[in-house]
Amino acid sequence: MSQNQNQHPDPTETQNLTLVQAVRDGLHAEMERDDDVVVMGEDVGANGGVFRATEGLSEEFGEERVIDTPLAESGIVGSAIGMSSVGMKPIAEIQFQGFIYTTFDQLVSHAARLRTRSRGSITCPLVVRTPYGGGIRPPEHHSESKEAFFVHEPGLKVVVPSTPYDTKGLLTSAIRDPDPVIFLEPKLIYRAFREEVPTDSYEVPLGEAAVRREGSDISVFTWGAMTRPTLEAAEDLEGEIDVEVVDLRTLSPLDTDAIVESFKKTGRGAVVHEAPLTGGLGGELTATIQEEALLYQEAPIERITGFDTPFPLYALEDYYMPEPARITDGIREAMNF
Amino acid sequence: MRLSTESVTSSKDEPFRILDANGRLIEGRTGPDLSDEQLVQMYEDMTFSRHFDERTVSLQRQGRMGTYAPVAGHEGAQIGSTYALDRDDWVLPTYRESAIPLARDVEPSEVLRYWKGYEEGNASLVAENVFPINIVIGSLIPHATGMGMAFKYRDDYSRAVVCHFGDGATSEGDFHEALNFAGVFDTPNVFFCNNNQWAISVPRDRQTASDTIAQKAIAYGFDGVRVDGMDPLAVYRVTRDAIENAKRPEDDRKRPTLVESVQYRFGAHTTADDPSVYRDDDELERWQRKDPIVRFEKFLRNTGRLDDERIDAVKTRNEERMADAIEAVERLDDPDPEEMFQNVYEELPSRLEEQFERLQELRDRHGDDELLEG
Repeated sequence: MSQNQNQHPDPTETQNLTLVQAVRDGLHAEMERDDDVVVMGEDVGANGGVFRATEGLSEEFGEERVIDTPLAESGIVGSAIGMSSVGMKPIAEIQFQGFIYTTFDQLVSHAARLRTRSRGSITCPLVVRTPYGGGIRPPEHHSESKEAFFVHEPGLKVVVPSTPYDTKGLLTSAIRDPDPVIFLEPKLIYRAFREEVPTDSYEVPLGEAAVRREGSDISVFTWGAMTRPTLEAAEDLEGEIDVEVVDLRTLSPLDTDAIVESFKKTGRGAVVHEAPLTGGLGGELTATIQEEALLYQEAPIERITGFDTPFPLYALEDYYMPEPARITDGIREAMNF
Repeated sequence: MRLSTESVTSSKDEPFRILDANGRLIEGRTGPDLSDEQLVQMYEDMTFSRHFDERTVSLQRQGRMGTYAPVAGHEGAQIGSTYALDRDDWVLPTYRESAIPLARDVEPSEVLRYWKGYEEGNASLVAENVFPINIVIGSLIPHATGMGMAFKYRDDYSRAVVCHFGDGATSEGDFHEALNFAGVFDTPNVFFCNNNQWAISVPRDRQTASDTIAQKAIAYGFDGVRVDGMDPLAVYRVTRDAIENAKRPEDDRKRPTLVESVQYRFGAHTTADDPSVYRDDDELERWQRKDPIVRFEKFLRNTGRLDDERIDAVKTRNEERMADAIEAVERLDDPDPEEMFQNVYEELPSRLEEQFERLQELRDRHGDDELLEG
């Protein structure tokens, strides 16, 4: 566990970047450093990505390294697997997480298994980047948060940044990682705020959670776009409940030590995620805490999540998404048990 | 040799062949550019594959081997196409291509080891540029395209990537996506469709309304070729042409080629299948008259490259080699459960380490005999 969100490697040279700019900056830095790194996907070239995450990369690195592919997600991930199997480091973009399902077979049957299948002779050092989550008023299929599908699959790593600084550092680690990484980008906060991001390359290690706010009464575990409303709820409860907020950052492998350490301190817990309740990661975190810290537990762990409904079109999405009021209520429930 | 795309658009097109049913060169065809030794070795590999097949099916029946997908009938296609590879080329097999690693000098005991449930058997293919065996139909084809993209990106035109799959796989979306990518990115690929007429129980005409599978290449902007998959020399020739074109494309020709190898599976889909339920004996007998081994043997005899004595010697060598392989695989140590945890990731995550420790505790407490009792 680290509390290093403001500890920069070279504080003298930074840029004030949004989260999506930090994605671009991270891609740029690794492409500059390693010729085996290529970016591929739909509209990533001249267009610079529908969210501008690859803006200017094609001009700088050429279309051989910033590959506009045919519109075929399974083909993108499947060919990225082939490229990575002979030592390249492809970064595949799936334009929205709602379109990732046709790649599922490639991810779980092959990216996740080739190392095992070949006893380490063939590996897949690839990254699949995809914007996920709700709150941006799009059409159907553009709002899903399906991290649990990928966390369930041995052989994959799953990473979700929540700040511009972490975005560049986690993306750098993901690209350098020898295993396939699903990199989920919280598009709701792509441009929500800026942060000083070092110009140099740096890694934020995978598998390490970060305490975003220290507190003594309750531990709230969250990630990605839910980190902000959770922190807001914690502020709202200031003076009433002293809330600790733990941003997991990597969902697979989970930082069990950080989760248990925080929980042992507070004895109460809540999980906030926008994915549906049933089968969501909240269940896994709750079970982990019960296994590792039952005797510290003062109350049931509150799961503050999306509902078990298909993600609604935007007229109803505010009812669906956990907002500060819902999070505040959930925290109070866990406190008042 | 080049068969233009125009020549494969009609069902009337006969597949390209070099040998007739009696193993004689068809008029106007020339023999392959392989030495006598290579031709005889090719025969030995084909007969070894058939023997490997028969023994492995028999071992499965005796409970000494896992589920196995027989090769019989495909030897001409698998070995003919594998002989066409250069040393640095890659080949991606499916579960029915056991003859490919054998023809690339992977130890038969390693191929058997895979079928006996050891992933290490798959791992040993990689040293010979054979990709680990793929099970999910059609899903390996994009990997082949991606490998081609990587070699092209690195300006490495010394390698072609040959990908095998069946007629059923051509119905899968991944087939389309992979060939479409290959056309767009002009990759050094050979897509080798083993059209054996049946995808388990579903006949070829239920997979596609296209007259031929080869004609699908036209839609992707590159050449498609039909070849008689029961004629190893024709398969060799067509694959060799496609590989050379992948590396040094002819004018106006894209690097990739789709090869439709027209052949037949003599046996069941796997040892868990009974083909008598869905296809009739007459059809099987018709195809057995085209047996690639019989046909090739006739050619080699007709041309003085083989005689009874040499054939007997090959048979004896095959039997000894297979007996040694079976002995080696049955002598293997019990599997080490640690292998299940290693190689999920490069580094063992702590959760996985704990789960492994848990299994070790269970083994210590109960002993394997008690723990593994069904």
